[in-house]
Amino acid sequence: MSILVDNDSRVVVQGITGGEGKFHTRQMVEYGTNVVAGAVPGKGGQEVDGIPVYDTVDRAAREENADTSVVFVPPAFAADALFEALDAPLDLVVAITEGIPQQDMSKVYRKLRETDTQLVGPNCPGVITPGQAKLGILPGNIFESGNVGLVSRSGTLTYQVVDNLTKRGIGQTTAVGIGGDPIIGTDFVDALEMFENDPDTKAIAMCGEIGGEDEEEAASYIGEYMDTPVAGFIAGRTAPPGKRMGHAGAIVSGGGGTGTAESKIDALNDAGVPVGDTPEEVVNHIEGFL
Amino acid sequence: MWMKLHEYQAKGVFADAGVPVPDSKLASTVDEAVDAAEDIGYPVAIKAQVQVGGRGKAGGIELVDNAEEAREAAENIIGMDLKGLHVDRVLVEGAVDFVNELYVGVTMDRNEGEPVAMVSTRGGVNIEEVAAEDPEAIEREHIDPAFGMQPYESRKAVYEAGVDREVAGDVASVLRTLFQLWDDSDATEIEVNPLMITADGDVVAADAVMNIDDDALFRHPDLAEMEDEAAEDDLEAKANEYGFDYVRLSGNVGIIGNGAGLVMTTLDLVDYYGGQPANFLDIGGGAKAERVTNALDMVFSDENVDSVVFNIFGGITRGDEVAKGINEALESFDEIPKKVVVRLAGTNAEEGMDILNTDLVTVEVTLEEAVQRAVEYAEEEAQ
Repeated sequence: MSILVDNDSRVVVQGITGGEGKFHTRQMVEYGTNVVAGAVPGKGGQEVDGIPVYDTVDRAAREENADTSVVFVPPAFAADALFEALDAPLDLVVAITEGIPQQDMSKVYRKLRETDTQLVGPNCPGVITPGQAKLGILPGNIFESGNVGLVSRSGTLTYQVVDNLTKRGIGQTTAVGIGGDPIIGTDFVDALEMFENDPDTKAIAMCGEIGGEDEEEAASYIGEYMDTPVAGFIAGRTAPPGKRMGHAGAIVSGGGGTGTAESKIDALNDAGVPVGDTPEEVVNHIEGFL
Repeated sequence: MWMKLHEYQAKGVFADAGVPVPDSKLASTVDEAVDAAEDIGYPVAIKAQVQVGGRGKAGGIELVDNAEEAREAAENIIGMDLKGLHVDRVLVEGAVDFVNELYVGVTMDRNEGEPVAMVSTRGGVNIEEVAAEDPEAIEREHIDPAFGMQPYESRKAVYEAGVDREVAGDVASVLRTLFQLWDDSDATEIEVNPLMITADGDVVAADAVMNIDDDALFRHPDLAEMEDEAAEDDLEAKANEYGFDYVRLSGNVGIIGNGAGLVMTTLDLVDYYGGQPANFLDIGGGAKAERVTNALDMVFSDENVDSVVFNIFGGITRGDEVAKGINEALESFDEIPKKVVVRLAGTNAEEGMDILNTDLVTVEVTLEEAVQRAVEYAEEEAQ
């Protein structure tokens, strides 16, 4: 078992003819992902590595029975691409694009609330179910199939933790990069709920960071509803207030000081979630759970 | 990221949109400031144009009644160091005789994914402190991004906040204009604190905060032009040029890495092992020689830096390619001014570590070891 993506996912890549889209489609296919179509306005009728390209997502979904989309569309056109994917409709949309204007995302989020589609991202590395399929830009070779679920706001930090897990012989059910933007589709609670309902996931590593209140909400969810053990990590303990640390969403507000690492760590500890001081410590906790 | 406008820039935008602002002039010399004060008529406020909170308390704002005082104030403020920022310019502004100070603003509520309009009768003080100690004192009205602010929503926010009936209509109108501006200019935050109410019942925006979403600047060329003038720190301006996410901090261990979360973690580990991070620098995907050279140039330009830790997780970009980039970059320096510790992980990390030129860098296998070594080097160098 796994969450979000598996062998059966039929994937359409939006932006498949662009440099990134083409490169990562090839990587996804090599990993075993069932990419059935591409969608790029004006490029209908072309092929990329034998994958048919359609002008619209709607057409791609109908012709090829696609149920999932991965979005590599540049930021200026990404909101339009997301509206199109939500309208198709698809079950799952994974938005890799970084730098989508915030007000565009606010409108997409408004639309998302009216649909049954699960959006992951934007500004995320994607989703991978090791040994089955990957959606996005994650390096498949560091993952190993197993029974630990992973959810993270950061790409390379996810890789760091996964690398440590894999090197100790601990595999993963699914890893979900939820993205570093302030407005995202799938949040920690959504991902944790999916892992809780996945019988194969025996433990979960959750990597949060400063900014917003998602980790605090996740902590109360874990405390109230979850049986699967969770170990946490929070990046940005040393971040000064009022400065964005790379990710658009990674900011401790000035004055009131909300979104601090301390508040998140305290909330998680209160919910019985151990939080590692280093990525290695997170892996120690996970090992202890299994 | 976002572009923060200076007060004078934001007030220019407000005035164009029809939000009442006091008469004002920008001055970069003492003589210009005095001339401006004479033109506007006393009393005037002389306000440092730097982007830090609490300018008044720090001596960056003075209220003056005549030319002599104006000269003295301008001499004090122009060239001063305000919370680490050099003051190059002042805004000379007609003082407003107010009876009341309000707060109005529009920002994004990230949890709801929706804009929120805010009104409070507790203006003129740090609103985040008000929010922390008495959240009820701020009236919040969420706005549906699909439809924008409806007039009733602006009235509701103003009445619920307890604004005097005599001025409520005008305040609601200012709020609607601010929302429109927020929407039209892809702002992430717009704030007037204080919005002053005069004895005659006029409303005047005495301060102005306006932050624009960097990711949307491509569709606002007029606002993008203001960016150079809005830049503060020289190194941060340089980072913009190179296209790095960079934040300068006060420590002495320089940090370069890829991916925001991993770079933040590297900072945290420097602190955890007893050192002090000098900066956050995310080099982004890949690590081509040119980007590595630029990143090292950035970090070495910071005179506080005593050592550097380079932490790269190779994902799709292979570790051996990264190592070649690092070698090439380091070989381009005549002399490497500070010790550099490199840690590579992920795809082809071992091949990468074999390639790295150990005459130029110290190689460590784990993140923890690399950080500890860089902290050690910084301590030695600082002595």
